[in-house]
Amino acid sequence: MTAPAPATAADDPVASEALLDVRDLRTYFKVMDGVVRAVDGVSFSVAPGETLGIVGESGCGKSVTALSIMRLHDTPPTWTPTDANAERIPEDVRTLLGDAPPSRVMFEGRDLLALSEDEMRQVRGNDIAMIFQEPMTSLNPVFTVGEQITEAVMLHTKASKKDALDKAVDSLRAVGINNPERRVKQYPHEMSGGMRQRVMIAMALSCDPKLLIADEPTTALDVTIQAQILELIREIQDRTGAALMLITHDLGVVAETVHDVVVMYAGRVVETGTVDDVLLTPKHPYTEGLLTSIPSRGMRGQRLNVIKGTVPNPFNMPTGCNFAPRCPYVFGPCTDHDPRIEDADPADVACWQYTPAPGSAIPPRAHLRRSSEVSA
Amino acid sequence: MTAEPMEPSAPATSAGRDGAEVLLSVSNLKTYYPIFGGMLRRKLGDVKAVDDVSFEVYRGEVFGLVGESGCGKSTLGKTLIRLQPETAGSAALAGEDIFSKRGADLKRFRRRMQIIFQDPVGSLNPRMPISDIIGEGLVAQASKDNGWGDRKVRDKRVADYLEAVGLRRDYTRRYPHEFSGGQRQRIGIARALALDPEFIVCDEPVSALDVSIQSQILNLLLDLRREFNLTYLFIAHNLSVVQYIADRVGVMYLGSLVELADVDELYSRPRHPYTIALLSAVPDADPRVRKKRIVLQGDVPSPAAPPSGCRFHTRCWLRERLDADSAERCTTEIPVFRDTGAGHRVACHWVEEVPEDIVAQAVARDAEDLLRPVEKALHDREAAASGAAPPAARPAMDIGAVPASPLAPTPPEHPQDVGQVGGDPLVPPTRTGLEHMETPGETADMPTVEQPAPERPPF
Repeated sequence: MTAPAPATAADDPVASEALLDVRDLRTYFKVMDGVVRAVDGVSFSVAPGETLGIVGESGCGKSVTALSIMRLHDTPPTWTPTDANAERIPEDVRTLLGDAPPSRVMFEGRDLLALSEDEMRQVRGNDIAMIFQEPMTSLNPVFTVGEQITEAVMLHTKASKKDALDKAVDSLRAVGINNPERRVKQYPHEMSGGMRQRVMIAMALSCDPKLLIADEPTTALDVTIQAQILELIREIQDRTGAALMLITHDLGVVAETVHDVVVMYAGRVVETGTVDDVLLTPKHPYTEGLLTSIPSRGMRGQRLNVIKGTVPNPFNMPTGCNFAPRCPYVFGPCTDHDPRIEDADPADVACWQYTPAPGSAIPPRAHLRRSSEVSA
Repeated sequence: MTAEPMEPSAPATSAGRDGAEVLLSVSNLKTYYPIFGGMLRRKLGDVKAVDDVSFEVYRGEVFGLVGESGCGKSTLGKTLIRLQPETAGSAALAGEDIFSKRGADLKRFRRRMQIIFQDPVGSLNPRMPISDIIGEGLVAQASKDNGWGDRKVRDKRVADYLEAVGLRRDYTRRYPHEFSGGQRQRIGIARALALDPEFIVCDEPVSALDVSIQSQILNLLLDLRREFNLTYLFIAHNLSVVQYIADRVGVMYLGSLVELADVDELYSRPRHPYTIALLSAVPDADPRVRKKRIVLQGDVPSPAAPPSGCRFHTRCWLRERLDADSAERCTTEIPVFRDTGAGHRVACHWVEEVPEDIVAQAVARDAEDLLRPVEKALHDREAAASGAAPPAARPAMDIGAVPASPLAPTPPEHPQDVGQVGGDPLVPPTRTGLEHMETPGETADMPTVEQPAPERPPF
């Protein structure tokens, strides 16, 4: 646990070939009313050029995961346990952490959580770029679009102001904005929502990042504009070979855009897999509930499924499985014991139905559930 | 401007299909917002939010109205229930002219048309208890006959309708902040229902909600329609939601209806190039469904200066396939909103030129009625359970309960008690999945809330 980060990466074959490997990420907020476990032991990895989708409903911790990778949270009040900050973590946060291993965010063999703030600044924008949901609020209204893109370029390269502006024009052209020479001189309010999102993407791409994190990039947009932006992101990925981490609540966008999916619920990963496996034959009851509650072409005239209850109170998580109070399949161990995704067989779902009970080799319900999945 | 763009309103009454009664008929409706500017604040022009729209809604149906933001669908809804003054045109509810009503007559009339708003937070006054929020309309509509002026009568009615939307009767003294988003939307629905309307405009009622809550509200709206004989004008930008809930659908673009048809017809055989592109752009959650997407270029033009002729011609993909002379017609002549058969109306000069293979790929017609395996599995279990499990074994549902106080010393008790459902711990309870909680009148217990609790973590 105290081994230097590179050694850990080399030991683990998955981690060494991944571009980004997030292990046991925990992000807790210490606020007035207590401690919120916003992200609680999340692990996943993204291979170079790959597209990973992170899905979940509002408040499940998907955006906090992205911000933690980029280290955009203030500490305090936000705490992510690392080897270095063990002493500084407040008592109540440490109690909740228990003996949890320190979080690691390995990017090309380096632990981002161990970098200094200056080193991290070189990673942001240069290696990892982020696209935010709100194209209205993520751009600064008092600077022209050109000024905002050149700022990023000049921070990360030694380009002169003129070269940077040329680069800005090029990147606007690359995202399909007509007449970029004129557009760089405009302010965000002079553009439509779709155009602003294109500017955000141009800004993110201006330094050729290896990983693009897009947090609900199309949620605020109309469906025809969404189609344009998704097409653009795909095309850029083909052209630059950048990996993409797409955070969204829209399962349709996931189905069309990503290869692999991570489903999050209440700060945990509850299921992972390829997009076909997860969306067609989900294992976790939450994934199943989510998929059957969206109105689809086949569901007309029938009642939609409903996931009963609401997301648990972040200050007061249920004992056992976080989803147990809402789960229709709840049985024996669910309400007392927390299923861990790494104990499941195979390790792609955090559910007792797929996890052998202590002293038993067979997950209790795996054989039962499989039968209903064959119908595909 | 060479042709009268819209058909006269005649078919509305004469063509009542299958003998269905026309509840609402709208003809040549226009709603313009004036633009003032310059030194003298003179009128410079109009934003033509709704421009020459005609359609009819049959009693008991859900009429879906779709379109992108700014296309005028909300303005249309608000104009119809007199929340926004019309510029020209006429509309009638059950034969009574809506726009000519004045004074006390109008006030009485308002009871018959209600609205459910999109934003469940912004549409409830935070300083009013639920009894006043729902009761306000009752006070306004109080008369000798209904006795709503009497507090006791009113409070009972408020409680009745809270129950009808799946909330507890004793919530009347609570304030909006004590409820979750889904519950607040239920309150908005109860407020509309309490006045006994015939016609309800649902203005994006589920777009602010998470998918699992969205499905609760959609189920509820369909239940209430049956129970109270309601007719909905269901405005939404989410095409999947409209496909699920609507009987007939109208598609708006830049203030005008471009297509109107039965829901199945519209989603499988769209005729207008805009509708085809719109449907092709909707991502499908089934990864097996592969649509051939038609990506429209550019943005929607400004409704203050709409393009000449057909308003869609600046972005039309079909027009690019036409020869120059034909394409010219799109820019000069406003297409007539005409019936192409079986009540399927389209505003396009070149409906006959639409290539069938492109349409089939755009809507993935071969994947129609495709149930995802996960849905199929649920159906199978539902079928298996309906024979075996007695209704009492159904888990009681907890309707979007507000989490208990963050500082509560004990973990919140979750109302559906898992233990009572399945006896054998290794045999999970039968899940029926498709029938649910929201049977009006069947209210679930909820944890008592002493103080406001955030519905999301406070960050």
